[in-house]
Amino acid sequence: MKRLPVALLATLTLAACSHPAAETPGATKPAPAASVASAPVKHPAAPAFAPPADSDIPAGPLGDEIRLGRAIFTDTPAQAHDYVGNGLSCSNCHLDAGRLANSAPLWGAWGMYPQYRKKNGHVNSFGERLQGCFRYSMNGKAPPLDSDIIVALESYAWWMSKGAPNGVKLAGAGYPKQDFKPPQPPDYARGAVVYAKDCALCHGADGQGQQVNDRNVFPPLWGPQSFNWGAGMHELDNAAAFIKANMPLSRGGTLSDQDAWDVAMYMDAHERPQDPRYAGDVAATRAKYHDTPMSLYGTTVNGHLLGSEASK
Amino acid sequence: MLRTLGLLALLIPLGAGATDAASIAQQGNGKGAAPCMACHGPDGGGNSATGFPRLAGLDAAYLKQQLDDFASGARANPVMQPNASALSEDERAALAKYYSALPLPARLATPPAAKPDADGERLAARGDWSRDLPACVQCHAPGGVGVGANFPPLAGQPAAYIASQLRAWQQGTRHNDPLQLMQHVAKQLTPQEIDAVAGWFAAQPLPARGNGP
Repeated sequence: MKRLPVALLATLTLAACSHPAAETPGATKPAPAASVASAPVKHPAAPAFAPPADSDIPAGPLGDEIRLGRAIFTDTPAQAHDYVGNGLSCSNCHLDAGRLANSAPLWGAWGMYPQYRKKNGHVNSFGERLQGCFRYSMNGKAPPLDSDIIVALESYAWWMSKGAPNGVKLAGAGYPKQDFKPPQPPDYARGAVVYAKDCALCHGADGQGQQVNDRNVFPPLWGPQSFNWGAGMHELDNAAAFIKANMPLSRGGTLSDQDAWDVAMYMDAHERPQDPRYAGDVAATRAKYHDTPMSLYGTTVNGHLLGSEASK
Repeated sequence: MLRTLGLLALLIPLGAGATDAASIAQQGNGKGAAPCMACHGPDGGGNSATGFPRLAGLDAAYLKQQLDDFASGARANPVMQPNASALSEDERAALAKYYSALPLPARLATPPAAKPDADGERLAARGDWSRDLPACVQCHAPGGVGVGANFPPLAGQPAAYIASQLRAWQQGTRHNDPLQLMQHVAKQLTPQEIDAVAGWFAAQPLPARGNGP
């Protein structure tokens, strides 16, 4: 009797080591994205988590707020009009309405706040982190922390994370950047080839996405209607990891590592709206906010100084 | 007055250009291509009882591609292959343009309601990402109105047509999809899900302003 749990534990531990994405006891679904399995063994396996089903959102005022948060998340320009400066929605980069592993799911972020962030040099609440998405990724302005928009989004994230351990990095949180390196340095020309073959179908040869009735069906990847130079997606490692895990939509994991990095560079070597923290000139802005090889801001690609013709 | 003249000037070339296509649509081309309207309806609105698809208002490049693919066999269909093969390249292009310019039949704005099916709506609007299944509307646009030359409208198509195409993608008899997107998606669906999602889209109203931006 006493030995059974120990034997079970040993089996489970073994299974967890060789197949980090294997179904966790008690989880209702297998981890959605198989790419978790490529995490090397040297890192301790992060616990898996499966968010509750949408149909489990409760009735009543709390449920209404959660549903409002979901609606804002999936149709941000319509639902949070005053705070969105482009046509993007949260769910463009956080797939499946913020539920999908390896697509920076809300349940992977909720329990990691409050958090110190180098980006602004202080401890951020989850709400302040959401404000950053509006300011940079949506190229808009931050809704007040006590606004219905932030509270509804927080409610949605809180509900989705019910049962997840607090303060623990979960498998599938964020984009799978760990140990994801390009075999060769990313290359613009190779990226252009990948883009034409695998991306232009939806995002357009000119990167401006496709719209119906003034609404994005496929989001613009650069230009005045895309995320600005302050957004996380303009950094190569974020973009490459997101693309590798999730693009083309529904065919995540099919691009080679090199293709993902090359096409990330191609996307991020185009002009986009100015960083709202713009410090007077491009060099100063790069020195202050983008002093990393992962940012092409303030560097010259194809003879163009990126950031120098950014729309305001 | 000037406006009337301008309109007339616009109408004359359009009318002249459309003659060939309109006559093929109504009478066939006399070289083996049957009249399109025999199956697709006099207004190009399709036939929900038989599952013949709507052509009116679809993207011209999409229609041209499908006709070319029927002709070449890249899209296998025992009815359309001989018809498309009997059309010249120019006739296929003219028909694609003709049908893309036809107004949406008013009856498609108020399709008969499908029997409510939560599965169909869930797959259409949300997908099932635990199986790498995106929501249909993520590519076919909100409401299934379609976008561009590669993502045709699903709203206003007969349920039997949508279901038959999903089965064709699934079985590999249709494989002219860019990036194998539809083959991959269709292979995830159960027979019940195919019927549910086809029924949901067939019941979506198609606003008169159409599928194009």
